[in-house]
Amino acid sequence: MLAESQTLRHRRREQIRSRGLLLSPALLTILGFLIAPLFIVLVYSFLTPGTFGGVIWDWTFDAYVQFLFERDIFDESLVFSTAYLEIYSRSFVQAIVTTVGSLLIGFPTAYFIATRPDRQKTMWVLLVTVPYWVNLLIRTIAMLFLIRDEGPLNHALISAGLIDGPVRIAYTNIGVGLGLIYSYLPFMVLPIYATIERFDFRLLEAAYDLYADRWTILFKIILPICLPGVVAGSLLVFIPSLGAFIQPNLLGGGKNLMIGNLIALQFQSARNWPFGAAAAMILMTVVLLALIFYTRHQMRHRVPGH
Amino acid sequence: MARQRKVGRDLRRFPGFAGVTWACLVFLYGPIIVVAIYSFNEIRSITVWGGFSVNWYVKAFNNDLIQRATFNSLFIAVSASSVATIFATAAALAMRSGRFRGKEAAFGVISLPLIVPEIITAVASLVFFVLVGIPLGLGSILLAHTVFCIPFAYLPISARLDGIEPYFEEAARDLYADGRRAFFHVLLPMMFPGIISGLMLAFIISLDDFIITNFVAGPGATTLPLAIFGLVRTGLTPEINAISTLLLCVSIFFVTLSFVIGRMQAKANR
Repeated sequence: MLAESQTLRHRRREQIRSRGLLLSPALLTILGFLIAPLFIVLVYSFLTPGTFGGVIWDWTFDAYVQFLFERDIFDESLVFSTAYLEIYSRSFVQAIVTTVGSLLIGFPTAYFIATRPDRQKTMWVLLVTVPYWVNLLIRTIAMLFLIRDEGPLNHALISAGLIDGPVRIAYTNIGVGLGLIYSYLPFMVLPIYATIERFDFRLLEAAYDLYADRWTILFKIILPICLPGVVAGSLLVFIPSLGAFIQPNLLGGGKNLMIGNLIALQFQSARNWPFGAAAAMILMTVVLLALIFYTRHQMRHRVPGH
Repeated sequence: MARQRKVGRDLRRFPGFAGVTWACLVFLYGPIIVVAIYSFNEIRSITVWGGFSVNWYVKAFNNDLIQRATFNSLFIAVSASSVATIFATAAALAMRSGRFRGKEAAFGVISLPLIVPEIITAVASLVFFVLVGIPLGLGSILLAHTVFCIPFAYLPISARLDGIEPYFEEAARDLYADGRRAFFHVLLPMMFPGIISGLMLAFIISLDDFIITNFVAGPGATTLPLAIFGLVRTGLTPEINAISTLLLCVSIFFVTLSFVIGRMQAKANR
């Protein structure tokens, strides 16, 4: 009896050890090369910028103060400045417009795919998935190629006699928005599709019997039940849009900076690492808040018994 | 009665949804198809069609910079995705064994590279490599890529493992296979589709990465996306279209393959 419990305990210990052994390469890699670097960025955001990049180990909140105030070069007093706030609010607006745009295209698409016969569904899902895995840089270049002043889109519109001169889309906020929707649309479709797939369509008949019309059914029944998918899709679009770098860089020109470009600039040409680190930490905080909101929302909407 | 059945069938359909779906597909595929078409344009113009030609592909193949960048990209993608797949396979096996303390935390760590915005990972890696004194170049790119490849390899492998009931191994044990043999002759072959799928996804994710590579590459090392970005800065040329089209084909090939393998195993499980 005693021997048996001892072998059992021995085996348990063995199992825990082998589990640790199997997990450690992946966990240590991410811990050492992602989590530790993130902590360093957090620390750097409280340091003083070095003259040629890098940091000086003097603790200060300057990097965060710099977001709202500009230091007057003559008397060192702080003056309220909205330059960086504007970049942040522009990024937010851009990310929200992208999310809403993706939802308007993505929801009907997901619904349509989910109501196809089973054999066709796989094909449709593959068609929507493939673009996600295609190089983001190349897709953005493709968008730029298409919407340039002298690109095929303007060319076609002019040849068709719809417009006289080229319409400027590239290097505007609209161009960036188009690029962002183009990049992240598959993220919206797939989670919504997954929830509609599980939807019990007998509810529609019940609603119809109770004299609900088509659009009432959509907004009062389908949409609320599929809300977890809509929220998941929206976050999957919103988060990468907020931190976008390639799309505003290539499609936006200099006047359409977003947070991602602001961060990149501080580590490349501006060489103000603490300010870049602070900007990165603010973005990270927003992302974490969004994720906390998401987990809470999904917990609340979990169907009992599932 | 007849009317009711007709309405009942139509209830699921909403006017305009089919149209939006087709528009969505045109939107998703239009730009890349246009780029591919213009890569075969005989003349330099990127607006006017001057006849079919593969000259731009020949030119791209003979471009020294592109050759070197392609070699670097392949080396990094193959190494990073292989290492990441081995790590991810081990992790997935550990995560399979029932509930244990810290399981959720472990999953959180593994999926962290998917959650952190790429630009933050990029600057964090740069700052880290500079602080620790790891020289920026192929080595630093390889390290950074291995990190973000892990979750992409992990997800298909663990999905596959979830589909394998423990009774296969138990049966092997009952037939006097020891732990090693039960693993190598039963479990591993069954996991194989998931491992291949994960390996391919990690490979294209590494091959395609631009943002993180851009920060940790340093002045010497160039990958294909970095080379393309450099070319785009100096203006769009049909040569860029040609390289882009080739890279598109590679991605589409691997994704479709990975998807087909996934479907096959899903069917086999049923």
